Amino acid sequence: MQRYLLRRFLFSLFAIWATATLTFFFIRALPGDPVTTMVGNEGDPANIEKIKNRLGLNRPIPVQYFFYLKSIVKLDFGDSIYLRLPVIDQIKTAIPRSLSLAFVSFVIAILIGIPAGIISATRRYSIWDHGATLIAFLGLAMPGFWLGVLLILVFGVWLGLLPVFGYMPLFDKDGVHFWAWFSRLILPAIATGTGSAAILARQTRSAMLETLSQDYIRTAYAKGLQEHVVIWRHAFRNSLIPVITVMGIILALLLNGVVIIEVVFAINGLGRLLVNSILGRDYPIVQGVILLTAVLFILANFIVDILYAFVNPRIRYTD
Amino acid sequence: MSQESQAALEADLGLSRRNRRGFKIYARRYSRDKRAMFGLVVLILFVLAAGYTQIAELDAKWDIGIVSNIPYDPQIQGFELLEGPTLGHPFGTDNLGRDVLSRLISGARVSMIVGLFGLTLAGLVGIPLGVLAAYYGGWVDMIVMRYIDIQWAFPNFIIAVMLVGIFGLGLQNVIFAIFLAYIDDFARVIRGMVLAIKEEDYILASRALGVTDARLMIKHIFPNALPPVIVLSSVFFAAAILLESGLTFLGLGVSPLTPTWGSVLNDARPFFSSAWWLATFPGLVIMMVVLSTNFVGDALRDLNDVREYDSSVTGA
Repeated sequence: MQRYLLRRFLFSLFAIWATATLTFFFIRALPGDPVTTMVGNEGDPANIEKIKNRLGLNRPIPVQYFFYLKSIVKLDFGDSIYLRLPVIDQIKTAIPRSLSLAFVSFVIAILIGIPAGIISATRRYSIWDHGATLIAFLGLAMPGFWLGVLLILVFGVWLGLLPVFGYMPLFDKDGVHFWAWFSRLILPAIATGTGSAAILARQTRSAMLETLSQDYIRTAYAKGLQEHVVIWRHAFRNSLIPVITVMGIILALLLNGVVIIEVVFAINGLGRLLVNSILGRDYPIVQGVILLTAVLFILANFIVDILYAFVNPRIRYTD
Repeated sequence: MSQESQAALEADLGLSRRNRRGFKIYARRYSRDKRAMFGLVVLILFVLAAGYTQIAELDAKWDIGIVSNIPYDPQIQGFELLEGPTLGHPFGTDNLGRDVLSRLISGARVSMIVGLFGLTLAGLVGIPLGVLAAYYGGWVDMIVMRYIDIQWAFPNFIIAVMLVGIFGLGLQNVIFAIFLAYIDDFARVIRGMVLAIKEEDYILASRALGVTDARLMIKHIFPNALPPVIVLSSVFFAAAILLESGLTFLGLGVSPLTPTWGSVLNDARPFFSSAWWLATFPGLVIMMVVLSTNFVGDALRDLNDVREYDSSVTGA
């Protein structure tokens, strides 16, 4: 177990290093340099040289690479080209927004997906099962950003029930503002979480069907247990393991969705920051957000690996 | 064995006839699946839409005059701004008076090109990587697997956004992004298949006959590992369409002047509250095509399982 975790941990470090290195060389391999982007094509050559010297772009590539790795370890990604603010500060304000959205989406995906899967499995081939299957298919095929647009149209514009733009923090110095936070997140979270809910529903359904056909379920019925006891205490718990194995996919899907849904709902999280800086060619931010996203994903996968090891004894004991 | 004697042998055994009958059974079984038939019809419409320009050209050349007489061009601006669906404009018009249906038809082309080219390239690189890794094992496998593991940690959409972030916008870059994003998916699937096939007796037999590694991989292992990859390609294709539409919706895709499914939706964002048709039809089109691809993929998968099962029972 410890050896397994250590190996996964070392691999995670290696993956972060590899991503950082690839980003460094990709950006430098491109035609055009960031300084020209900063000052424009008509910039004074002397000025360009001065800026290049200040940013260290005249040093040999290996030296630049060394300083680049050093600055990453210190979480220093330089300053944004347009706002002239440290990239890390902008990332710091963006992170809680993206995490809030991902968290609420996750809760929604679980609250919709798992019960839908259980109902489908216990009332197989009923109208409920067919309905849930159809909705799951649609949920997988529907682009999240389009669902977001429809939700804005229906709940924001036609019904006027919920705010459709922006973000409010959950805490500030005046206390907790749950509703202000939640009401702005609920629609984007539905748009982000629907695809994951669909996957969870399909996975729960097949896992439950598998478990319900086992002998010990028949034994449980045979000894006169009530249906809800059999389903909840015997079948559901044992169906959870295959469901946990799709958590990695769910996590990826959610973070995927967050990028695009933040733009639809004008939430200034990591995704919107990345998209805006790509469009504005603000390379220090692009580089910083890419690296940070990479670290987030690798960290998330590491956590999922640890969860597997706890759930699945085979991984725990083999090495 | 020479080709003629092979053909004679096949004729003797009635192999070619049985194959044709096999196809008929295959087609009949497929046509019984309602979802799969629905998917097939939608996909045919999609292919026709993607080839619309070529079809219209042929139509004009042969003077048939059905398609080329359709009056709309995706770029022509009319005087009917933001008009709801009518007979003349079944999906309405946008804020510049352009016909939404025409724009969606020409967007099909971009989705098709990006999906086909991106995935073909990814398959051309990913499949050999996976075959080599599984066949040779050892350090080759280790290097390929480390690479796959790293890329696997990132969702394909994030990879595509990052690559566009680094390389810039444009059709080639979107294709390139999809190409890179799907290499690991192809490599992973085929590697698993080859690992299983490698242990089969007929591989051992071929090796005993002195077949070279390259021939073994190309002639014996690769064709047998291919069916699941083809089935999965349909899933990848659906995902690539979603990915492309997502990128163009963010403005990170092909040039903003080219109409695509994502960009039609993106361009219309300021007008959603007054023009519901701009918000609904582009998304509906994306959803239908993705749904249909999934249906067809599911049907192919089921058919393939059945065929393998049948051959194992009746074969030998």
